[in-house]
Amino acid sequence: MAAVWNNPDVQFVFWALVKILVILHAMLGMVSYMIYAERKIAGHMQARVGPNRVGPLGLFQPVADVAKLFFKEEFVPEGANKVIFHIAPMLAVIPALVTFAVVPFGPLDALRVTDINVGLLLFLAMSSLGVYAITLGGWSSNNKYALLGGLRSSAQMISYELAMGLSTIGVLLMAGSLSLVDIVRAQEHGWFVAFQPVAFGIFMITALAETNRAPFDLPEAEAELVAGFHTEYSSMKFGLFFLGEFANVISISCIAVTLFLGGWNGPWLPESLKFLWFFAKLGVLLFFFIWVRWTFPRLRYDQLMGLGWKVLLPLSLANILVTAGVIWWRAQG
Amino acid sequence: MIPLAWLLALSGAVFVIGVIGVLVRRNALIIFMSIELMLNAANLAFVAFARELRSLDGQIFVFFVMTVAAAEVAIGLAIIVHLFRLRETVFVDEIHLLKG
Amino acid sequence: MIPFLFVAFAALLVGCSLMVILHKNPVTSALFLVLAFCSLAGIYLLLHAEFVAMVQVIVYAGAIMVLFLFVIMYLNLKRDVEHGVHIALRRGAGWILGALLLAEGGLMLARRWAPGPTSTEADLSAPVGNTLAIGQSLYTRYLFPFEVTSILLLVAMVGAVVIAKGRGPGVHREPPAGASGATRGPAHPPGSE
Repeated sequence: MAAVWNNPDVQFVFWALVKILVILHAMLGMVSYMIYAERKIAGHMQARVGPNRVGPLGLFQPVADVAKLFFKEEFVPEGANKVIFHIAPMLAVIPALVTFAVVPFGPLDALRVTDINVGLLLFLAMSSLGVYAITLGGWSSNNKYALLGGLRSSAQMISYELAMGLSTIGVLLMAGSLSLVDIVRAQEHGWFVAFQPVAFGIFMITALAETNRAPFDLPEAEAELVAGFHTEYSSMKFGLFFLGEFANVISISCIAVTLFLGGWNGPWLPESLKFLWFFAKLGVLLFFFIWVRWTFPRLRYDQLMGLGWKVLLPLSLANILVTAGVIWWRAQG
Repeated sequence: MIPLAWLLALSGAVFVIGVIGVLVRRNALIIFMSIELMLNAANLAFVAFARELRSLDGQIFVFFVMTVAAAEVAIGLAIIVHLFRLRETVFVDEIHLLKG
Repeated sequence: MIPFLFVAFAALLVGCSLMVILHKNPVTSALFLVLAFCSLAGIYLLLHAEFVAMVQVIVYAGAIMVLFLFVIMYLNLKRDVEHGVHIALRRGAGWILGALLLAEGGLMLARRWAPGPTSTEADLSAPVGNTLAIGQSLYTRYLFPFEVTSILLLVAMVGAVVIAKGRGPGVHREPPAGASGATRGPAHPPGSE
């Protein structure tokens, strides 16, 4: 038994599994309370109070929500492709969760699952795979509205993925490495948001579009196309789509904090507590996501696609050019 | 740690499966997918030799193969869509107006 | 452990490839192909080619297959139904040819027909394949193919848009093969002009 334990591979896998379990549970908790936070903040922005009945200040509202979802009737529409209908919600959650494997929450080795030297590319790969959930969910429901909503939403996601990937190249040029830990360490003397404000803006806008949040949520809005790709989903499958959407928001915010806002860097705290800075910045970004949702009107589909292709893509290319030019010029002199 | 022979055997097997797909299936999209399988089998062989000969050229060529495959898929699918609009079928057996 | 992982990924790859060509529903075939690409990316990771692995997922599994799925859903293809003796004959011929190819490949490997070193050393000490090295090689020695590839992609983009768009209302629809063209005489208006 000791021989098995002394194998460094076994130790790595064991501790990675422990960290994955911790992240999974923390993330599930965060998602439920982010839903609560969204409703409370939305309420206060709309001059009302939001949920305040279930438990003190309404803090047990997520429990009530989940219980409600559990007790709803699960049905599969007639003529739907049963296997894909069941798999699509799972596909919504998996890529978002995998991204958490490379996010560095703090400087210590214990605070991240692993550090691969193509961490940024893994994030881009997972956001590419996130398109499948919506496409398959819309198609497998055997419902015209769901199909149209699914196709629209996936077209939107793949269009904005381009601008998102290109906007991270500015960060890559400045940090000189694809590893997320190296990128955070390169920000010890200045967060990249100060050097790459345009890229940060593009990244946040494309993050809103990638996660199908307002003002880019036309494909799934309640007033459009019935309910878009999740028209036919009920009970826990709908819950999983919802969970996947918020998990996506949290994982993209984590990446934004890592790439632009300096990760765990911040004054006054010792190394072992620096992850508190990370979570503070994460909280600010999550508030930003919620704030934008209840402030801006929804973009029409052609406006949305026009913005992605005609504005954000050329802008991110220009950003790469300018960044590369400045770096080269400074390397000369 | 992984013997080269295993990698080449795997690459060959996937390539043969792609060839069978092209020969056996009549749906143009499935034929296209089998072509993608063949391209990927070739990519695997490139990467295997890149590791074997300790050279990066294999991986760079993989990069180019992927780019060409992407371009080919875009044009091929556009052609299939156009053909579908004209002939209302994607079965290659039924698209034979140039025949004899 | 690595050979075990490799065998697992290889089995997944071969299994999914077989399901791609065997399944009747094109959407299921496409999804199995996505899984095959992801397992191939896993094999690339085992070969210390992490950049290629990630690009494989981003480009093949994340973009090309999404395009395939779009087209399949747009064309609203149902399950393939193929009957007839000639189909069975062609299918049989296809399988026999494939088996022959496989036997030939296996024979060549078994007889070690390809000379050269076989890599059985443990843990190649300088794993090539980090992004930095690829980037340096790509932008210096292979700069010209890189630029030509970007022009190729531009051409492909323009071509795809032009082909898929057709020529507007001038396009006339032909009936499926089998309808007689004899009833249309020379008065038939020219097609998409």
